[in-house]
Parts: sequence; C-alpha cells; structure tokens
Amino acid sequence: MGLSLDEARNVAHLARIHVEESELPDIANELSVILDFMEQLNEVDIEGVEPMTSVTPMKLRLRKDKVTTGGEKDLILSNAPLPEQGFFSVPKVVE
Amino acid sequence: MGLSALTISEASTLLDKGEITSVELSQACLNEIEAARELNAFSWLDPDLVMEQAKSADKQLSNGNTSSLCGIPIGIKDLFCVKGSPTQAASKILEGFKPEYESTVTQKLKDAGSVFLGKLNMDEFAMGSSTEHTVYNPVISPWRSKGSENPLTAGGSSGGSAAAVAADLCLGALGTDTGGSIRQPAAFTGVVGLKPTYGRCSRWGIVAFASSLDQAGPFARSVEDIALLLEVIAGYDPKDSTSYKGEVPQYSKCLTSDVRGKKIGIPKEYRLDGMPGEIEKIWEEGKAILKDAGATIVDISLPHTKFALPTYYVIAPAEASSNLARYDGVRYGYRAALDSNTNIVDMYKRTRGEGFGAEVKRRVMIGTYVLSQGFYEAYYLRAQKIRTLIKKDFEDVFNGGVDAILTPTTPSPAFALGEISDDDPIKMYLNDVFTVTVNLAGLPGISVPARLDSKGLPLGLQLIGRPWEEGDLMNLAQSIESNVQFNHKPKRWW
Repeated sequence: MGLSLDEARNVAHLARIHVEESELPDIANELSVILDFMEQLNEVDIEGVEPMTSVTPMKLRLRKDKVTTGGEKDLILSNAPLPEQGFFSVPKVVE
Repeated sequence: MGLSALTISEASTLLDKGEITSVELSQACLNEIEAARELNAFSWLDPDLVMEQAKSADKQLSNGNTSSLCGIPIGIKDLFCVKGSPTQAASKILEGFKPEYESTVTQKLKDAGSVFLGKLNMDEFAMGSSTEHTVYNPVISPWRSKGSENPLTAGGSSGGSAAAVAADLCLGALGTDTGGSIRQPAAFTGVVGLKPTYGRCSRWGIVAFASSLDQAGPFARSVEDIALLLEVIAGYDPKDSTSYKGEVPQYSKCLTSDVRGKKIGIPKEYRLDGMPGEIEKIWEEGKAILKDAGATIVDISLPHTKFALPTYYVIAPAEASSNLARYDGVRYGYRAALDSNTNIVDMYKRTRGEGFGAEVKRRVMIGTYVLSQGFYEAYYLRAQKIRTLIKKDFEDVFNGGVDAILTPTTPSPAFALGEISDDDPIKMYLNDVFTVTVNLAGLPGISVPARLDSKGLPLGLQLIGRPWEEGDLMNLAQSIESNVQFNHKPKRWW
C-alpha cells in the first residue's frame, strides 16, 4: 500500500517532526515499504483472539496514595534548555 | 594476557586474595580503552571518576565486602541513566543531558562495589542492529574477516557493549534487548549475552524505547560471569510496576552444567530458506552437544513465527512514538534555535526534526501512523492479537514438557559497516528474525558463542527458556560453552 505525499506530510505533522518538502517522496516511499511488510499480518485468523495487554500474567500493583518525593525544582530544571525564573519556558501560546 | 582480559570470576578471586587491586584492574581497562579508541565502543568516560571508585572498592574489599562484583570494572550502555554522567541514548536530542538520578540496575551494580567505567555506544534510542545509527561514530567490531581490513559491525543496538567485552576493554557490560539488541551483538562478537524474562530486571531509569518489550541484561565472556551479573541486577523494584516480585536465585551457585533429562525443542519454522550452511551446521552441533550431555532433542512447531517480525515492527514503533513524545525541547536535551516569532508547534517540530536521526524519525512516524485514527484496529490492535498467538505458541510447547528451545542467534555472521543501506530498512530488520519472538513472548534468551565460520567470524547459538527460568537456561548454555571451548579472541589490529 503506497502512502501519498499528503499522507506522509500528515503523519510527520502528527508525529511533530519537521520534514522538508523535498524529503517527502523518500519518506513516503520508506514508510510504504514498511507498511507493505506489515500486510502479511492480514493472513492471520484473529477471530476471537484477545489482544495482549501484559506479556507476563501479573496484576498492576497499587501503592499507598502518599507523597514520596518533591521539592526538587532546581534538580528538575537543571537539564532544561531554556529555564526562566524557576519555570520551563516555551514560545508564546496565547495572544 | 592483561588484567582486563580476566573473567569476572577470575578477577574476583584475585581481588579477594589481595593478589591484585581494583585500581590495577581498572587502570588496565582504561589503558585498553585508550588503545582501542578506533573501535568507538565507549561514548563517554572519566578516568578520574573510575579511579575514585576503584580506590573505594579496594577499601571495601579490605573491609570484607564479599560481593563478587566488588572492584570489577563494568561498562554501561548509554541508555542507562547514571547520575551526573552524560546519558544521551546516542541521540542528538539528549545532547547535554545529565540525569539527576540513577537507574535501578546501575545502582545495584554500584551497591555491589563494582566500578562504573563509562558509557557505551549504541544505536540511537536502541533502534538498530548495527550501531551505525548513532550520534557518535559507528562502533567497529574488533573482529575482521580473514585477510580483510574491511570494518565490520559489532551488531546492535548494544554494539558498544559487545565490542567492549570482546576486545577486553571491560570485564562485563550492561545492554538492553528490545528485539535482539543483546543477543545479536553477542553472537557477532563471540561473547555471551542474556536477555532476562520481561520483568526480571527493573526498567526504572532506562531511557524507554518500547516499554512492553525492553529488558536490561548482561554481556560477559563466560556464562558464569553472566550469572554473577544477573544475580546482582535482577530483582523487584517498586519504581517499575512491571517488575517481578519473585525471588532471585543465586544463579552462580546453581550452575552445574548437568542437563540430563532436559527436553530441548528445535522449532522447524526457524529453518529459513537460503540460510547459510554454516548456520545450519552450528545448529546441528548444538543439538549434538546437548544430546551427548543427556538432554532429549525433540522437533517442535511455533506456527506463528513468520508473523513475529511484522508484529514487532507494528508494536515497537507504536510504543516508541508514544515514549519519544517526551522529547519536545522543553524539559531536557536539545532545543532548536528559533526566532522569537516561532509558535510552539514549530518549536516541537524543528527540535524533533533536527534532534532525531533518520531511523528514529522513521520509526516514530510508523508508530504514529499505526496508532492514528482509522488505522489503529487494522495495524496496532491486530498486531496485539497476533502477539497473543505468538506467546501461545511458546506456552503450548512448554506445556508439552519442553524445557528450552535451541536456535541459531542470527541468520548470518556480522556484515560490513554500510553493507545494509539505509533505503532498505526491512533488510536490517531481518537480523532480528530469530530473536524478536522472545521479546514478544516476554521470555528469557541467551546467546553463547558456538564457533568461527570459514572467514574467521563468530557465530552464536540461542537458547530460549521458560519464564523466570534463567537459571536452567544458563545451565544449558554452560553445557554448550564447556563443550565448544570457544576460546577465540579477535586478532588485535587496533
């Protein structure tokens, strides 16, 4: 199944990855090859089969709802590329 | 033979007797690493930090620390967060990231008194089978084909870990295995590599690729060393909700090489058309060894095997696209330089477009596609159902009394760097054809060196075990190891 340039552009947008228009044909092509490879999965009869949600039979554990950590603002911000006045910073999102 | 070529168990004995010190041992490793820069196995190290730890280990040894890892220098894949040390997952997008916390498994190694040597090169975000897709330089295998100087791959994604252990740069290493990333490089470089049962080792503090498949595991030069490493890094961790609460056996104490009465399955679906004769041959040899040792060999069928790769290449990218959403240029790592009018979506896109390499972008986009509206059921949900069937294939075989399954680790020996072109991702993916099934079913798998092929390159055999039965698996692996006596080393050219 071939991916059109529009579909490739859309999937890049959904993935929040910038691609140049000139790169799109190659990307569409590579993604199409991979999707073609996945087509084999249609040969399998999956009628009545449960989708796997956990590979080992275990129940998700619950823990006490209590605070175990916190107050580490400086540590958390220490790796931020552009921290400002004790906050993460992003480009303006409201006018 | 230099000190860095010792096995962990040999070095541990010498350290305990006071015949060598961790400072001497660690310095020997540093010298070897310095001399082997061409291999690009290490991506980061700090000799002062190494020496500081070695001195502390020597003090602990004289104070009676009896851990067999005390004073042992170990390399760590760049996917593990090590507090205060750069951790980049071999990606530009994590440029400059220094974690303020420590992964659970590396903490366990530190608690045992081992010496953290440095970070090991890998494929970006563990996506690859050749350690060519890295922000650093590609790892070059210490092995070369007879009469050739052509650089070969050490496999991937844990290629740095495998090359470092094979070239005697460290005594053991940590890697991770999502579709074969420990076992394939171990096979390509003539060392032992184990992927534990999903949940056996905590994933906390390991940069996530595909959370339902990722598992940390050790590389070493003997099965016994693998056991010594696993018994330290394994165990329940409240910080990883999928970690296993069961007890961790003292694996090194249960290795007997006694495999009498074990039933070994040979899956007919793993006999691929066009498989090289030499791969066929090691498989036959492996069967003969186990049979002579008293195991029973039975033919088995794992009917959904052929669907494992396409299933994996739906599920792993889907999980990756979700896990890698966190790299947005806001909280850590790389952020694209932009003018003040850029809106936030463009900031994300530019950051990710510039920060991720080609293979990672490809997988994130595939993952996004298979999870997107209208395609989720056709791809992702279908793959999750087929994953159930793949796991059931193994359950049926184990319920039929089979203790472990023997296969080749890879369909070929190591290939040349650049041999598998970037435009043909499927060809690269085929490297994982014998290993991905194990991750999809959450089982333990180990690769042991079998022999050299006619070109002088290592080939590995894989054993797949029942869940949580790593001890049994290592026993079988040791039986092969002691019979094969694989004591080949790469001829030093670096």
